[in-house]
Amino acid sequence: MAGLELLSDEGFRQDGRKPGELRKIQCRMGVFAQADGSAYIEQGNTKALAVVYGPHEVRGSRSKTLHDRAVVNCQYSMATFSTGERKRRPHGDRKSSELTIHLKQTFEAAILTQLYPRSQIDIYVQILQADGGNYCTCVNAATLAVIDAGIPMRDYVCACSAGFIEDTPLVDLSYIEEAAGGPQLALALLPKSDQIALLEMNSRLHEDHLERVMDAASKACKDVYAVLDQAVREHLQEVTALLGDQGSA
Amino acid sequence: MASVVLSEAEKVYILHGVQDDLRTDGRGCEDYRVIEVETDVVSNTTGSARVKIGHTDVLVGVKAEMGTPKLDRPGEGYVEFFVDCSANATPEFEGRGGEELGTEISNMLYKIFDNQSSVDLESLCILPREHCWVLYIDVLLLECGGNLFDTITICIKAALFNTRIPKVNVLEDDEGAKEIELSDDPYDCMRLNVEGVPCIVTLNKIGHRHVVDATLQEEACSLASVLVAVNMKGTLTCMRKMGKGSLDPESIFEMIGTGKRVAKSLHVSLQSVLNQEESMGKKRQKIGFLR
Repeated sequence: MAGLELLSDEGFRQDGRKPGELRKIQCRMGVFAQADGSAYIEQGNTKALAVVYGPHEVRGSRSKTLHDRAVVNCQYSMATFSTGERKRRPHGDRKSSELTIHLKQTFEAAILTQLYPRSQIDIYVQILQADGGNYCTCVNAATLAVIDAGIPMRDYVCACSAGFIEDTPLVDLSYIEEAAGGPQLALALLPKSDQIALLEMNSRLHEDHLERVMDAASKACKDVYAVLDQAVREHLQEVTALLGDQGSA
Repeated sequence: MASVVLSEAEKVYILHGVQDDLRTDGRGCEDYRVIEVETDVVSNTTGSARVKIGHTDVLVGVKAEMGTPKLDRPGEGYVEFFVDCSANATPEFEGRGGEELGTEISNMLYKIFDNQSSVDLESLCILPREHCWVLYIDVLLLECGGNLFDTITICIKAALFNTRIPKVNVLEDDEGAKEIELSDDPYDCMRLNVEGVPCIVTLNKIGHRHVVDATLQEEACSLASVLVAVNMKGTLTCMRKMGKGSLDPESIFEMIGTGKRVAKSLHVSLQSVLNQEESMGKKRQKIGFLR
């Protein structure tokens, strides 16, 4: 393992976490005023910003229009200074295009698109600082932004990555753990119904272990859900208080 | 660029206000909106800052990388600018939509930094003709609510102030082979002198008067504007007239005068904020985008 001990004998990881422990999540909804919905999230040192525009009329070519549901349009980009080595382009490279498609799939599964026929919903995510789990952080940020925009969803989409090192499944991998090159799994879950919106695995892993890793990842997704749900409730409480209506929230 | 559509009546309202030195948000013609500055927001960079003026939000990251000096300037490092107009700001910037504006802004930045006094490029040289530091200044546009150029240059100045370039030693062995050694101590670093770094002040001509720090609505009423880049000493490093209208020479001189005056106080207050932030050291609570 490249001379680097990712899991100590005592069962702690590089940054002192236990195998099933998430990094600290801090988030905020409604960061920008001009967008319809926006959110910012920090998972450890990974920082992401998501902005949602829409639902609005389909922009550009009309041929994209779907007569029975809304088009979900995504763009994943990374700030050129977000990674250790400077990136040349913020988006449009192979990796970003792939993640753009993944995001689109994930949110098409979660947003109730049939409520908005012939319209378009834009989701733009931006990684400001990258330290592992970029895709998952973006999904979580985008979920909050979609909620902030008031677009109905089947459920939250919570994503978390997981790996498998020394016979132990690790969740919410940091950059060092990702770079070590072990198997890596990204899972986006609709936590209430236990439905999987996106599942992807790189590298190889024995089939016998897959279930354990999946279980660990979905447990982590539910932990993420608890944090996000709390944040949304707090945000709503704040907003309703500002509106002068204490409500029952 | 993100734009707003104003009715004739709204334009007249703004215009009359400007004539009486009272703008729609209560400011005078030479007043800036509240400027929020925070440095050291992205830890993967050598220096970073975020500046928010009204609804304009800009993040700048500076990355120092090792490179070879340019052939015509063998004893100097150099600076590269890149402006990313992200789709965050407006859906029009999606894909390649923001490239045109991005190139326009970065060309402007190259121009205002293209002089000896802005950044001490000689201090970026490690080994003449062989190695130097290249400063990649990457601007990320997060939201635009008017007065982009000023916000970007303020943010660049703050990020450069925050930049800490690791110190390197050049070792030479008996055969004359040179080796570059990076200091082990992460706090052993070089800082840039930002006294010469200019800030742009955009002056928008509205009616017979001109205003600084225009909002999107005011920009929609303005036919022409003048950009002046002024450094702390009050030296003009670049100026440019923008917009589709025309200006008479007299008003241009008047606008340059205002620009210099405003820029001076802008530099002084920016510097004091940056010094204050730095004096707090590690105790400063980082806010970033969390409120």
